[in-house]
Amino acid sequence: MLQSLEHEGVELIFGVPGGAILPAYDPLLDSPIRHILARHEQGAGHMAEGYAMATGRVGVAMATSGPGATNLITPLQNAKMDSTPLVAITGQVTRGAIGSDAFQEAYTTGLAMHCTKHSYLVTEADDIPAIVHEAFHLASTGRPGPVLVDLPKDVLTQTTNWVEPDLRGLPGYRPTSYGHPKQIKAAIDMIERAERPVLYVGGGVIRSGASAELLQFAETVNAPVVTTLMARGAFPDSHRLSLGMPGMHGTFVATTAIQKCDVLVALGARFDDRVTGNVAAFAPHAKVIHVDVDPAEIGKVRNAEVPIVGDARKVIASLLERVKALRDASDFPWRKEWFDQLEAWKSSHPLKYAQEEDGPVKTQYFIERLHSITNGDAVVTAGVGQHQMWASQFWGFSEPGTWINSGGLGTMGFAVPAAIGAKAARPDRLVYALDGDGCFQMTFQELITASTERIPVKVAVFNNGGYGMVKQWQNLFYGGRISASDLGTEVPDYPKLAEAMGCVGMRVDHPEEVDVVIEKSLAVDDRPVVVEVVVDPDEMCFPMVPAGGSNDDVVMGPEDL
Amino acid sequence: MQHTLAVVVEDKPGVLARVSAMFSNRGFNIHSLAVGPTHEDGRSRITLVVDAPELEQFKKQLHKLVNVIKVQELEPSEALESEVMIVRVACEPPNRGEVGDTAALFGARMIDLAPKSITFEVSGTPAHLASFTDQMRPYGIIELVKSGRIAVKKLSDLSPSLVGGAR
Ligand SMILES: Cc1ncc(C[n+]2csc(CCOP(=O)(O)OP(=O)(O)O)c2C)c(N)n1
Ligand SMILES: [Mg+2]
Repeated sequence: MLQSLEHEGVELIFGVPGGAILPAYDPLLDSPIRHILARHEQGAGHMAEGYAMATGRVGVAMATSGPGATNLITPLQNAKMDSTPLVAITGQVTRGAIGSDAFQEAYTTGLAMHCTKHSYLVTEADDIPAIVHEAFHLASTGRPGPVLVDLPKDVLTQTTNWVEPDLRGLPGYRPTSYGHPKQIKAAIDMIERAERPVLYVGGGVIRSGASAELLQFAETVNAPVVTTLMARGAFPDSHRLSLGMPGMHGTFVATTAIQKCDVLVALGARFDDRVTGNVAAFAPHAKVIHVDVDPAEIGKVRNAEVPIVGDARKVIASLLERVKALRDASDFPWRKEWFDQLEAWKSSHPLKYAQEEDGPVKTQYFIERLHSITNGDAVVTAGVGQHQMWASQFWGFSEPGTWINSGGLGTMGFAVPAAIGAKAARPDRLVYALDGDGCFQMTFQELITASTERIPVKVAVFNNGGYGMVKQWQNLFYGGRISASDLGTEVPDYPKLAEAMGCVGMRVDHPEEVDVVIEKSLAVDDRPVVVEVVVDPDEMCFPMVPAGGSNDDVVMGPEDL
Repeated sequence: MQHTLAVVVEDKPGVLARVSAMFSNRGFNIHSLAVGPTHEDGRSRITLVVDAPELEQFKKQLHKLVNVIKVQELEPSEALESEVMIVRVACEPPNRGEVGDTAALFGARMIDLAPKSITFEVSGTPAHLASFTDQMRPYGIIELVKSGRIAVKKLSDLSPSLVGGAR
């Protein structure tokens, strides 16, 4: 099994051992593969995701049978929703004991059925090389995703000869990578004629590594770009064509541009409800060109006039070729009216917040200061909630793979372990987790992993004393009745908690000290750092399109409600 | 609405569970199911009759299962469908002649003869089996069991009854 993993080029495994997987842990001692011992399998899974998202390579998580495997379910589903390449290796009770309610037995392949792209129960050691090879192939090709390989303990202790695997067993798996030339032509015809086009860029552009092609394409056809939560970093925010993130907490200009556009070019995006709001009212004037490697995404939510099944990078390259064959980039329609309109929306409805000199720190302010002090040269991860939305809104992204968050599943507790995985993958980069107090309390024990394994991540915990996003909904839609979303600020003492885990702990509760504390956190390079940022508990996140509402009705602040 | 789906899959453990779970996930009821080998080695064909709304999107998602090789929806008008039914009819000696004559008209084969019942095996289109059942009902049906439906695409425009669907 380890030889198979080595053959796939695995350099890091995140995991937790236990009875059924012990036979795989023993030879790890002699393997060049580094194992990072997480403190919880959910942490191991998110670390593997962070690794994968920071590198584009397959992340590997390992766990024992039963509780080890069930603890992996959340990261598996998270990876499924965000199309993250992941291979999970789980131990299983011996073949003869399967189905007997043996100690630490769980029907793992059954549990994994709906939260993986595919799963295997290995019944003979001879099959291991081929299955592991298939698992990595499935995880990393087509629409990437998680694959689970379940190994009964007695299979792991069988003796067999390792043979070089070849791909033979997948007659039903043939992802399309190149777009159909007829559709490419139709798309370009439509984009050429468009007066108000928008490129709606999703996570597929990141997964396929299409940022360079996208930049060239957007400039050549002179079309504005919106980047979804999963695509932040796919296109530089500082670019004149960038409109930022669309949707529920997106910028007014991005959301509104889609509403008013005449041609919407979806590139590796899946019309998620957080982007579309009420689907019936979404982009009512738009003809849709939909590029996706997964044919099941096309027409799922919104009908496409020009469907193109293919890998985003290859399709964008073909689109670009077609445009260039047709005419000189410089004589593509300039669309001045459209750009004037977009500029007007940008300046009339900017992202905004007010940092009072003597008031409580605003999360947005800390994020902006961190960006400015680091020149944005960092990999940032986020939890789920207000802080996540502010991170996406206020961190100016310039490069793919620098924004690691849980988009589709919205998994609280993702930020800390994902940051550890990313930092383990890219020790050269500054990795800063931007986390909420609620999220932090779900997985902070992984900072013990980070200390022990010498993975010096930084974590900012935005302490607003509760589940800010939940509170915001209760304030806006439940008449201010705050039910079970207050965490209080008495406990824990974050800096002390951090110190107890071998990290450096800091606290900042005044805007004036923000810069100093950020500098101090950046100066530590031998240990993880936790910065508690005591922030305004009453701040709400805007713009906002209430769930199910029309994207025509962007709420810019409480005054609009 | 009823749909007939023909799903060609790899003949491997767990494949039927994956396919059927896709239906139960959406709350679609599987009305009939037949699984069996095909002319190709290592391939099985799963024929499902399901109650579901429109299936376009669903079929694509079914196709995403790694072990699924082909998904085809068979419209009733362009499908040759067949089922096997075993039906046990209450019948005492005085009625045997009448019941037997009717059964012969439907091409039903007697497979068991007991003092108070006759058991027939009959195959054919769902409509054919339904009318046979209607004919037997007045005598009293003691037990009835049907196989899953199997189907292939029709290539000519002859009606199934002309090509022997009614036996
Ligand atoms: C595992 C999990 N449980 C519950 C939720 C529901 N939920 C969404 S945001 C949120 C609050 C997050 O609180 P915090 O991390 O403090 O972020 P804030 O909104 O305060 O910035 C909750 C409970 C979730 N997304 N994930
Ligand atoms: Mg909070």
